Amino acid sequence: MASRTAGHLTTAEPVLTAHAVRRAFGPTVVLAGVDLTIARGEVVALLGGSGSGKSTLLRILAGLDGEASGTSVVHGTAAVVFQEHRLLPWKRVAENVGLGLSGADGPGRIRRALAEVGLAERHRAWPAELSGGQAQRVAVARALVREPDLLLLDEPFGALDALTRLRMQILLRRLRAEHGFAALLVTHDVEEALLLADRILLLDEGRIAAELPVDLGPTRTPDDPAFGALRRHLLDRLGVPTT
Amino acid sequence: MSRTTLVEAPDEVTAAAPVVPRRQRPARRWRRVVSPVVLVLGWELAARTGLLAAEKLPAPSDVLATGARLSRDGTLGIHLLDSLTRAGAGLLIGGLLALVLGTVAGLLRLGDDLVDPPVQMARMLPHLGLVPLLIIWVGIGESLKISLVALGAFFPIYFNTYAGIRDIDERLVEAARTCGLGQAARLRHVVLPGALPSLFLGLRLAIGAAWLSLVVGEQVNAQTGIGFLMMEAREFSQTDVVVLGLLVYALLGLISDLALRVLERRMLTWRRGLRAT
Repeated sequence: MASRTAGHLTTAEPVLTAHAVRRAFGPTVVLAGVDLTIARGEVVALLGGSGSGKSTLLRILAGLDGEASGTSVVHGTAAVVFQEHRLLPWKRVAENVGLGLSGADGPGRIRRALAEVGLAERHRAWPAELSGGQAQRVAVARALVREPDLLLLDEPFGALDALTRLRMQILLRRLRAEHGFAALLVTHDVEEALLLADRILLLDEGRIAAELPVDLGPTRTPDDPAFGALRRHLLDRLGVPTT
Repeated sequence: MSRTTLVEAPDEVTAAAPVVPRRQRPARRWRRVVSPVVLVLGWELAARTGLLAAEKLPAPSDVLATGARLSRDGTLGIHLLDSLTRAGAGLLIGGLLALVLGTVAGLLRLGDDLVDPPVQMARMLPHLGLVPLLIIWVGIGESLKISLVALGAFFPIYFNTYAGIRDIDERLVEAARTCGLGQAARLRHVVLPGALPSLFLGLRLAIGAAWLSLVVGEQVNAQTGIGFLMMEAREFSQTDVVVLGLLVYALLGLISDLALRVLERRMLTWRRGLRAT
């Protein structure tokens, strides 16, 4: 598996190119050759049922899986937000956000990142003192503070309650509009994919089974008839029957 | 008679519990002091009235008086210092060795395969039973006492270092990796702080084992130390000094445990947040 991070970048270049990514766990082939390109500033949702290998693919793209084959190159910087917040319990919120951060004005950048997720005043708190939604917002701030070209999101809101999830989706949309990062959003939530993504990929049996551009405009709501049609289409592809 | 207590007892509980559950705490703490105080007073009384022979067990006030006398003429200080030095040296040697080996076994697969099996085997030996062998190996001098303490301190620190490292959540290490932390930085920011609670537990157990080893070690040809003081006093039937020695050992254990707890609370503040939620 050749996974590398290219330092120099031109604007025409995609932010991520992956080619023929394969991964097997023993005899079980989870990814059977996946090709994937993400353009600069593009949000791609990766939809699939559980066990379809979508999280495995994200881990490979994040460089966390050494046993996959194929190539994957991130042109620029990437940051990851996992399903669980994965904050270090022994570091205060600000220290967690600034983990491994280098460069000038660290404290200022941490403060701004926390302010962007609405947690500026919680910088001295321990992770254990935060609610699930707050902890996940800190995890988002920890990714944002690195000013990534690509955000890898592994079901980032999957463990949150429905209301918090809606708020987080709105937050992510706002942050994306402000920062213009590209993102790969792994999710099993069709509505979430439709709300956030420019393009949706369906992963099935280790391959990209379908690709679907989402032309709903920047202000989209589930009430839009076009939204409903796309939703129905995706659910059909995922094998969810109409009642 | 049993009926009256049955009726009265629950009555008391229901009346007090729901209204002010907090106010019961201090009252209960005081209640826990009652039986020790009664015991000591009873001991004093029994010794004073001659019910307890002075050569079997002297009165607590006599023991305290002996303690005051021995600390005034400096005897207690000298012996205490020697005991502390032995315990400190043994703890340092055994503890450092355990820390290094436990870290190697906990972090590296090769270390685990090479280091852990012999340590597991050695653990089954009661280390105080090694005294005869240790006398043959290192003699009956200072090195015997220090080796014994080091052996006692080694195992708890080794096992807790090992377990502390092994129990670290792999997902946190992974998250640190995605934040760009290299191997050394991951050790410093994730592994060490993650293993710290276990390390403290190991240290507390090790200090307990160190005092125990010292008690045994100082009974073998010692010229100084609290254990020597007790052995010498036994020969002259100075029971008060023997009991005083026991008291000093107990106090040493208590004080070191307390100090460690304070240190633990200061260094593991983040766990207080954990408990609060």
